[in-house]
Amino acid sequence: MSSISAKAGTVPVRRTVRSSKVDRSHWIGLLYIAPAIALVTVFFVIPLGMTAWMSLHNWPLMGGHRFIGLDNYVAITKDVRFWNALKFTLYYTVIVTIAIFAVAFPLALFVEKPRPMAGVYRTAFFMPVVVGFASASLLWAWLLNVDSGLFSPAAQMLGLTEKKFNLLATFNPAFWSIIVMVVWKVAGFTMVILMTGLQSIPTELQEAAKIDGANAWQRFRAITLPLMRRTVALALILSVAGSILAFDQFYILLRGGPRNSTITAVYWIFNQSFVSFKLGYGAALSMVLLVILVVLSLVQLRLLRNPEGT
Amino acid sequence: MAAANRIRDNRTLGGLVAEHSVGLFLSVIFIAPIVWAILSTFKPPSEARQPPIPPWPTTGFSIQNYLTLDSFGAGLWHSAQNSIFVAVSSVVLTAVISLLAGYGFSRFRFPFKNFFFIIILSTIMIPFQSILTPIFLILSWLGLQNTLTGLVLVYVTLQLPFSIFMMRNAFDAVPKEIEEAARIDGARSVALLTKIMLPLVWPGVVTVALFAFLNTWNEFLAALVLMTDQSKFTLPIMMTAVQSGRFGAIDWGAVQAGVTVMMIPCLILFLLLQRFYIRGLTAGAVK
Repeated sequence: MSSISAKAGTVPVRRTVRSSKVDRSHWIGLLYIAPAIALVTVFFVIPLGMTAWMSLHNWPLMGGHRFIGLDNYVAITKDVRFWNALKFTLYYTVIVTIAIFAVAFPLALFVEKPRPMAGVYRTAFFMPVVVGFASASLLWAWLLNVDSGLFSPAAQMLGLTEKKFNLLATFNPAFWSIIVMVVWKVAGFTMVILMTGLQSIPTELQEAAKIDGANAWQRFRAITLPLMRRTVALALILSVAGSILAFDQFYILLRGGPRNSTITAVYWIFNQSFVSFKLGYGAALSMVLLVILVVLSLVQLRLLRNPEGT
Repeated sequence: MAAANRIRDNRTLGGLVAEHSVGLFLSVIFIAPIVWAILSTFKPPSEARQPPIPPWPTTGFSIQNYLTLDSFGAGLWHSAQNSIFVAVSSVVLTAVISLLAGYGFSRFRFPFKNFFFIIILSTIMIPFQSILTPIFLILSWLGLQNTLTGLVLVYVTLQLPFSIFMMRNAFDAVPKEIEEAARIDGARSVALLTKIMLPLVWPGVVTVALFAFLNTWNEFLAALVLMTDQSKFTLPIMMTAVQSGRFGAIDWGAVQAGVTVMMIPCLILFLLLQRFYIRGLTAGAVK
């Protein structure tokens, strides 16, 4: 039926076809998105509301729960170990983000130039990204192992250390081992994001500056960095959000040790909720983390939205 | 002028060698740990306890590490089956649901359309780590606690914001005229989607499926929290249990065999579908 009127092709007829399509679409459109809405509601929106609700309760795994108002939040202000975990998480986030950028930016500049083999290098640098964090952690747990691993026996064989040195026994070597592992695993990801930014800079600009006698560093500071502000902001958001939520590598490689010095925020929430089974308290901690992360994301999104808004 | 050109040529040649040396050196550094682990898994167990210098087996080739691994708990292959079930189901469900939703958001007008779209996309800002406890409770109310099905539903939900965004953009890129022509020819909605639209948005589907596979195959925290029964462990959870010494002294040869089993599918899929992966990354980055 609609085929005939559409073939007629006159303007008023077309309009009626359009409107009837829209009317029918009211329901069909909803039908298409219904499965997605159902899943997001059941496994995201409701849990989110429940987290807020549970945070106001004393909620053990077994037995009844009891409304206690803001007591959990009051307890958080006195929870020294949570604040230590948060402090450690922020310290880790700052250091690892700087380290990732310090490696990823030169890599991006290196693979961005069109030259033979550039694709091969790009693929090579990117390989660790597709390996999961759990696999990478298990792999490095072995490489870092004092007896059966690679680094400490190799250092001893090369005469760098007199006897085997356990990298995971004290805070600083353990912390920096994790940083190296994460940079190895993540740098390729940041590299590709930065690369897309670099590729969007018109080459004429660089050429013109070169003719005007600007050296490589001047060109980088005056042209590349300002024009890449959006891309850098995006890479920054992803790196910061990912690092604040770090868990796998600290759980698998260090179990939060040595002496509980590498417990991250998510790790502490995991311990409270699923080891001590204080579900209400864990929910309150989750709310605090959630607010911190959303605020940070919004701040960084502003950075992303207004490249000129200084 | 000619002299200047020659100087530049010389510098380019020298520079070329230097550049490729740096490139090769860095490539080796990035790939070495992966190769090191894979090679060392073929050492006999006695040799696997020694430091991996050199990484390849020196006292004979053996697959004993892989066989040993199957003797821990419910066994490596059982966990591998769990992982395959979870990853494949998540991929299929994510692809189908985001295909439908992407089509719905791109081509139809209905009440609260923008509201629903924003709700779905904004879940990307909320870390799922903070809502794991209620998810745990909801799964048990639904009778899905400790089931792989429950884990799949959670994983699919976590994949949806990115996937729906990708698929809506994929549909938006298809000219409306194609659809209208098909509609004139009498194609019904569902046939239109599967016969005419699907081939056109196929690259988007591959991207979505690839990300869903890599993310669910490697996911750790949700599986650790939600799967408490050993027979339901996915590979990362199983291997962490082996590495923590839960099944006796740590057998590093066996652990690296497990790591290899976890890494290989990701590496192969990435090498085959690299173009789609970078596409997904840049699509998310640019928009």
